[in-house]
Amino acid sequence: MGLRERLANGEFVVTCEAAPPKGTEVGPALEEVRKLAPYVHAFNVTDLQSSVLRMSSWALCALIVREGFEPVVQLTCRDRNRLALQADLLGAWALGIENVLALTGDYPTLGDHPGARPVFDLDSVQLIAAIQALNSGRDLAGNELTGSTGFFVGAVVNPGVEPLAPHLLKMRLKVNMGAQFFQTQAVYDPERFMVFIAQAETLGRPILAGIIPLKSARMARFMNEHIAGISVPQEVIREMERAKTKEDRRKRSVEICARIIREVKPYCQGIHLMPMGWEDLVPDILELAGITP
Amino acid sequence: MLVSELKPLEEVLGYLRAGERAFLLACGGCAEVCGTGGEEAILKLRPALEGADHPLTGTLVLPFLCNKALVGLRLARRRDQVEAADVVVVASCGVGVQTVAQVLDKPVYPAANTITMGGLQGVWPSEERCGRCGDCLLYYTGGICPHTVCPKGLLHGPCGGSQNGECELEPGRPCGWQRIYDRLEAIGRLDLLEQYRPPQDSQKGLDVPLSRRKAPFWALEYLEED
Repeated sequence: MGLRERLANGEFVVTCEAAPPKGTEVGPALEEVRKLAPYVHAFNVTDLQSSVLRMSSWALCALIVREGFEPVVQLTCRDRNRLALQADLLGAWALGIENVLALTGDYPTLGDHPGARPVFDLDSVQLIAAIQALNSGRDLAGNELTGSTGFFVGAVVNPGVEPLAPHLLKMRLKVNMGAQFFQTQAVYDPERFMVFIAQAETLGRPILAGIIPLKSARMARFMNEHIAGISVPQEVIREMERAKTKEDRRKRSVEICARIIREVKPYCQGIHLMPMGWEDLVPDILELAGITP
Repeated sequence: MLVSELKPLEEVLGYLRAGERAFLLACGGCAEVCGTGGEEAILKLRPALEGADHPLTGTLVLPFLCNKALVGLRLARRRDQVEAADVVVVASCGVGVQTVAQVLDKPVYPAANTITMGGLQGVWPSEERCGRCGDCLLYYTGGICPHTVCPKGLLHGPCGGSQNGECELEPGRPCGWQRIYDRLEAIGRLDLLEQYRPPQDSQKGLDVPLSRRKAPFWALEYLEED
């Protein structure tokens, strides 16, 4: 059963981020995927996250399909114009990739090729419209295709940003243009998340809450300062501060994630884990959160 | 020299809601040379607006709509006419429309598409910038150009990097889409953000093929060289 069917059936879904390698060595990434496969329903493969060059998302997705697991291909508007985006989408579908997550993309100056020319020929709403067009057997220009796609279309929303209103309007536009599910930026403040859910649930699309394990108090402060929409509450930061050894921090991080998951679970349709190198914690987090695969 | 061409009249008329009254403002600078400003624009737009049941509360040609101080002072003299209008229709390049939108707290709609700078840049003394997309969206964005205030040139609201009204690019840089949202909220037109805008035709902008070079500017600068 795929992500689409699971969400349609009301199953609580777990997806996990997977990053393509910086290079051609795909072994370690696939090893991670194999290890986590029993615990998650789909792997969400990043597209040059933070504008740092890596292997293309669809390539790792195709390898994940070959392994017998389900990927979600992330697609940003940063690096490709409408031709290249549609070409990659057609190719991804042909390679057996059935889920796509449409994003705007970070600005190139945030990454390791700061001089790269930003594209943004389409924005995320228009990208969703393009996917819908391909799903209906036509390209964005209205030309007929030989064989259409049938993508399950995801989009992102950042529930922690202030002010939230413009983002909710955009979320509604994404739904209008064909977004079928949403995943969010990392949630650390369940109460704030619920305020967002109260306004977003009328859109009637499943929402997967983003979860990033904290590695340290420093990481939490860094995210609070530099990442839009992430606000780690002070008491959570203090919790991480009290952990003195790495083992302690990992244990504390698992507890915090599991607690957040338990608190948001009644208000969303799944979670999207972004372990950022701490993939090995995923089984413990899910077990402590009471989520059985 | 900014080169612009008048939008199709139906597009401009489509901006106004039934019965809305308009103040018509035309630029006597670059736009006049292109035939998209000055008395010529008023002669074209006045009958169209009045014919579509949009009474004009006044018309005015100002030498350079890109000069904010001048626009503010001159419009102050016509305050009654401007205040009696529901919307202001501006026949000028995108910089002029944005300047007027900065000065007035009511909807300001573009009557022209700006195609190119025509080689000369930076003649205006204010901070408004025009993306010269050739398909002016200032009606939808509250008179603030999304191509120039948003580094990503997004057309449907802020990206996830917008926080507390600031852009993800650098601290202190305002999020263009937050500005647009605030402006639309202030003029009571947030409904415009619920509309989908299809991807723009990039060929309407800077690199204009010969077949599209209809504005008199091209005739002056290029055709005579042939």
